[in-house]
Amino acid sequence: MATNKRIDEPTGTETVGHEWDGIEELDTPMPRWWLWTFYLCILFSAVYVVLYPAWPLVDRATTGILNWSSRGDLQRELVNADEARQAFRAELAEVEVADLRADEELFRRAVAGGEAAFKVHCSQCHGSQAAGVQNLGYPSLSDDDWLWGGTLEDIHYSITYGIRQPDNNDQRQSLMPSFDGLLDAGQLAAVTSHVQSLSGIADADPAGAGLYEQNCAVCHGAMGEGDRDLGAPQLNDAVWLRGSSTADITQQILHPRMGAMPAWGERLGPSTVKMLTAYVYSLGGGEDAVAPPADEQAVAEVEVESGGQ
Amino acid sequence: MQAETALGRAGLWFLLFFVFLAVAVAAADSGFAAHATIVAIVCFGLMCMSAARFDPTTSLNSFFKMPDAPSVYDDDPVRWGVLATMFWGLAGLSAGLFIALQLAWPQLNIEPYLNFGRVRPLHTSAVIFAFGGNALLATSFYVVQRTCRTQLAFPGLARFVFWGYQLFIVLAATGYLLGITQSKEYAEPEWYVDLWLTIVWVAYLIVFVGTLAKRKEPHIYVANWFYLAFIVTVAMLHVVNNLALPVSMVGSQSYGVFAGVQDALVQWWYGHNAVGFFLTAGFLAMMYYFVPKQAERPVYSYRLSIIHFWSLIFLYIWAGPHHLHYTALPDWAQTLGMVFSVMLWMPSWGGMINGLMTLNGAWDKIRTDPIIRMMVMALAFYGMSTFEGPMLSIKAVNGLSHYTDWTIGHVHSGALGWNGMITFACVYFLVPRLWKRERMYSLRMINWHFWLATLGIVFYAASMWVSGIQQGLMWREYGSDGYLVWSFADTVAAMFPMYVLRAFGGVLYLSGTLVMTYNIWMTLAGKLREEKAMIETPYDPEKDRPITDPAPSAVPAE
Repeated sequence: MATNKRIDEPTGTETVGHEWDGIEELDTPMPRWWLWTFYLCILFSAVYVVLYPAWPLVDRATTGILNWSSRGDLQRELVNADEARQAFRAELAEVEVADLRADEELFRRAVAGGEAAFKVHCSQCHGSQAAGVQNLGYPSLSDDDWLWGGTLEDIHYSITYGIRQPDNNDQRQSLMPSFDGLLDAGQLAAVTSHVQSLSGIADADPAGAGLYEQNCAVCHGAMGEGDRDLGAPQLNDAVWLRGSSTADITQQILHPRMGAMPAWGERLGPSTVKMLTAYVYSLGGGEDAVAPPADEQAVAEVEVESGGQ
Repeated sequence: MQAETALGRAGLWFLLFFVFLAVAVAAADSGFAAHATIVAIVCFGLMCMSAARFDPTTSLNSFFKMPDAPSVYDDDPVRWGVLATMFWGLAGLSAGLFIALQLAWPQLNIEPYLNFGRVRPLHTSAVIFAFGGNALLATSFYVVQRTCRTQLAFPGLARFVFWGYQLFIVLAATGYLLGITQSKEYAEPEWYVDLWLTIVWVAYLIVFVGTLAKRKEPHIYVANWFYLAFIVTVAMLHVVNNLALPVSMVGSQSYGVFAGVQDALVQWWYGHNAVGFFLTAGFLAMMYYFVPKQAERPVYSYRLSIIHFWSLIFLYIWAGPHHLHYTALPDWAQTLGMVFSVMLWMPSWGGMINGLMTLNGAWDKIRTDPIIRMMVMALAFYGMSTFEGPMLSIKAVNGLSHYTDWTIGHVHSGALGWNGMITFACVYFLVPRLWKRERMYSLRMINWHFWLATLGIVFYAASMWVSGIQQGLMWREYGSDGYLVWSFADTVAAMFPMYVLRAFGGVLYLSGTLVMTYNIWMTLAGKLREEKAMIETPYDPEKDRPITDPAPSAVPAE
């Protein structure tokens, strides 16, 4: 076939003798390094398929002589990680929530674990730095402004049973009624103005003060100091969960939106909840349980963060 | 008689126009109605053309300065293919730059038509199937005629292939923006668009094989093996992966026949071999013709081309499962996907060796010829990404790289470096020959394009390596107490600077293509730029060769 073979001058190699549109081909042998690397790759593969699961048979595949499986591998890693944390977890289980801070080293490890769990389960709403989302009703957890209390036990209860969950949660359940239709436009403006005056961002409104006294003070307190037993936000501070503008407050009075949080107790288990408690407590606003809540509010100037109202 | 045929044709188009109008009215969803309307508009246009015997291609031909003289070969579809390659290339690269900017600045998501989820498949399909596909159509028609020393078989069908493929692209692209998708990566178009592409593709196969069959050369050139492998395998992949039952015959939605992990495996068998046969085999075919032509040198090794062709074809088809490492796919399938990918390394490199070593005896052209420079860079990136690919398929490496930007960087060093560069080089080769010009308008602009594109790829690939490895390490980082250190949002925030650098790389690459467009435009206009030659270095071709033993003057052994 190949009658037009010739020696290619620059390379000194013979051509194969074909030609297409001026293109010829040299008869260079395959580079040895190329061929040997190819053989090595094939050899590697041949060994690998003997060691690892590879060939499908009738009802199962070969398992390989190492008896390795990805599920087994994962299981082993999980068991190892679990064992590594076993001692710590046992220690954590012994400790009462209120005494979490007694052992400094234990508390530090609980905070570290809580930080990781927070990133997975809590950061979606509260943000990865726990700063909350302003005006969307996701409270910041990094300040000392608490809706339902900031002691270790309060935080632990909130995480375990959630907020406004229907099951097994009589303590974290409240409802702000809608005042749509109950107040006329003038009354609405007066109350709104009064609420703003509580924190000094508007002038006092006598008509509003009366309406506030009748309708709002029972939960939010005569001076707007809030009530943690009801999760009623403090109104006389600078922290606003859903905005401090006239429109925001009016909206909240007419159509209140109230925050909710899932109950994490059963889902995450007691040790993770304890770790989360320690982490949230450590963010800056943790309170000591010594003083009763009423006094505590007097102590903390800026606190109850308005959750949902 | 002619008038009667024209009238008959117009009637046929009118009928089709009417049918698609009816379908648009009866459509089950607005997306399908929009697509039926597009097809109806096409039929209406064709009806007007038949009735008035108005031939818009004549005026377009003069707009694009198509040569009047009849070509020896049937080059009309090739010229249109080159124009389409440039058009879709610009569209696809712009879409890519837009989504790169969206990733850095999410405010650029314009709802609903221009959000990331819809523009991303627009970008991938535009660059792979529209830009790359048209380059393959054009070059395959060009190469098969020349290496077979014959004209295209079925010239009418060849034109149908080209225009039918454009209709497929328009339907696919508008479909993405309208939200029509079957959610299979690189196979997003819905059932009716898939059926249309199947018809077009079978016509392509017929034209190509028909031309091979009437060849005047005793043997089939290696480029044509690769083209044929690409056409046949893509047909098989396309049909199997798109097997689906439509919900309604006048609706856009369908359900695939595979489910669960089987569906995933079929999808990645398809997806990986779209890379293997569309972006590798097809583009190697381009390389095998245009590199020896531009270098004016014989192909390095005939034996290597045989062995690497068959090993590539045999091994590639099994490597798909490496896209599904650490998923519900059984371990044995993951193992096979990995070992076949590792074995694929050398067969892939065979193409690179054959391309680069073809320059033996012409290495000096890297200094003087910017087109050769592009080809060499394309082969270098081909070699790099076909090493990176098998490496990423090793499970231990994949455990770090999977789902990260490393994959994106890998794809783009292949797509921008290999597919883009070799396409640009081939287009630069083709344009002066197809439009019968002495040379391109400016060689220095080709050089500019080369550097802009190369720098663009460096920015792109380097930033995605950093971003991807950082992402993978952050995802798996445990603190000393055994807990994860980073939240997902932390990893997203950390990648921001890399996303900006990547978009900058995209700007460079796109601007190179704009320079190319201008250069081609001026070449079509018949202009030649007055410019200094590319190199002034004195060159002695006598001395630029290896010392061979026996001396080069020796008489070849008979």
